[in-house]
Amino acid sequence: MTGTGVGPALIKLENISAGYDSSIVLSDVTLTIREDQFTGIVGPSGAGKTTLLRVLLGTLPARGGSITTMPGLRTAYVPQLETVNWNFPITVEECVLMSREQGRRMPWASASEKREVAEVLDRLGIAELSKRHIRSLSGGQQQRMFLARALLRDPQLLLLDEPTSGVDVSTRHDVLHLLADLHEDGVAIVLTTHDLNGMATHLPHLVCVHHRIVADGTPEEVIRPDVLEATFGARMDVLEHLGIRVVVDEMREPRFVEGVS
Amino acid sequence: MASLSGALLGFIGVFIVLRGMSYIGHGLSHSIFGGFAAAQLFAAQFYLIGAGLWGIASALAITSVAKRSRVGADAAIGVITTASFALGVALFAKFGTSGPAFENALFGSILGISVTQMVGLSAISAIAGLFVFFRYRALLFTTFDPEVADVSGVKVGRTDAYLMIILSLSILATLTVVGVTLVAAMLVIPAVVARMLTDSFPRMLALSTIIGTLSGLIGMYLSYYAGVPSGTMIVLVGAAVFAVVLAITGGRGLRRSAGLDAHVEAMAQPAAASR
Repeated sequence: MTGTGVGPALIKLENISAGYDSSIVLSDVTLTIREDQFTGIVGPSGAGKTTLLRVLLGTLPARGGSITTMPGLRTAYVPQLETVNWNFPITVEECVLMSREQGRRMPWASASEKREVAEVLDRLGIAELSKRHIRSLSGGQQQRMFLARALLRDPQLLLLDEPTSGVDVSTRHDVLHLLADLHEDGVAIVLTTHDLNGMATHLPHLVCVHHRIVADGTPEEVIRPDVLEATFGARMDVLEHLGIRVVVDEMREPRFVEGVS
Repeated sequence: MASLSGALLGFIGVFIVLRGMSYIGHGLSHSIFGGFAAAQLFAAQFYLIGAGLWGIASALAITSVAKRSRVGADAAIGVITTASFALGVALFAKFGTSGPAFENALFGSILGISVTQMVGLSAISAIAGLFVFFRYRALLFTTFDPEVADVSGVKVGRTDAYLMIILSLSILATLTVVGVTLVAAMLVIPAVVARMLTDSFPRMLALSTIIGTLSGLIGMYLSYYAGVPSGTMIVLVGAAVFAVVLAITGGRGLRRSAGLDAHVEAMAQPAAASR
């Protein structure tokens, strides 16, 4: 497993544009998501990361260009925690069970569905929280719950929108390890992030987006001052620490003057 | 009949309130009232069908306007339903003479109900029950998380449309019992009270239906003895239940129901979410 994508193509975007109403957010995007991929879509807010994710999900129609999706592809999606209505009256178990919505099923869970939900919650280490209300979970637990809901669909491709936004450092590590384990198990992963040091530099494959694809490659190929400036519109330096690239802002003005507190 | 009206509105109200569409009950009941008035002029014997179609058309127009343009659901409801109400009333004022008493339709009167309407109410309650039973998971998913539901293969647009049709029919069927001005209250109060009492969706659905039923039953009896319109009393009983539950559960209940009307509010709580 390299994570840079060597397997068969799951989704192929060719010269697509996408946007909302009359504004075009993304143009001329060509990108292939492959079976073995573990990709971070990187860019500043408003650059079109979520729009690209929506095109991959098929919830936002592309304008122009072509999209080829592998027939029968099973996709699952984990939304941003911030967009969820945490006051909704639902328990962890009920939320995870939502994935099972095919055909005319009874409102209540069957014995085998209950077993499957218990298994996936156990796999993600939140089995004891199954009867709790979703609001009572910590950020990391909420993320695990949505991962459980996604995994119940047995996906080949998992898409996540800013999975580490608004969570603390240890939760971020947890999420990253969980995703790496899933990738090891053969799930292709695509996530969006604007967190360069906390997330992006740890991923095997990155796509930098700023209304178009600025760069597409390994962190070594992509985490470079020129690419970052073209993506984020700001000068950044790249250092190396324990084999991992670290991005630092090149702070020119204003400087903090000595003696002034 | 009053209990059945309460039960039906309490049942459907759960989905409406959780979708942050509480105001749609208010809007649609007025819209249907407009349809009621207009339909009497053109096809007096089929005025219920006319009003129903009028309501369904308004409901579907609201969903499509809210989805396709920058206008939010609340503004779409405000524009479409008031316009539809005004059109109906204007047509009636210009040409109308007879038909079911306006006051009954406005405030509700159990005595104003015909056998046909009773059958209609029972039939629509059965349809609503069956619809929710068979589409429970799709309804729950689209109410909680429409985007992920869409990705997971749920027909979100179709589910929304069916719910709007059921809602329109429910309002139409209960209009003469509870009254146009108060249908909205019975759509919202039982659901909000139920939300304050539980954190579980199936329990909320059951509780809301029970609270609606009891409000209908008790309100009906009280309206008979007090000599006030049935709808008024049914809503007052509902409001009293709300006050009692609020007093008992205190801040806990309010916190639960906070954000029911504004998903945006819930979105703006990342701090709470990441605790």
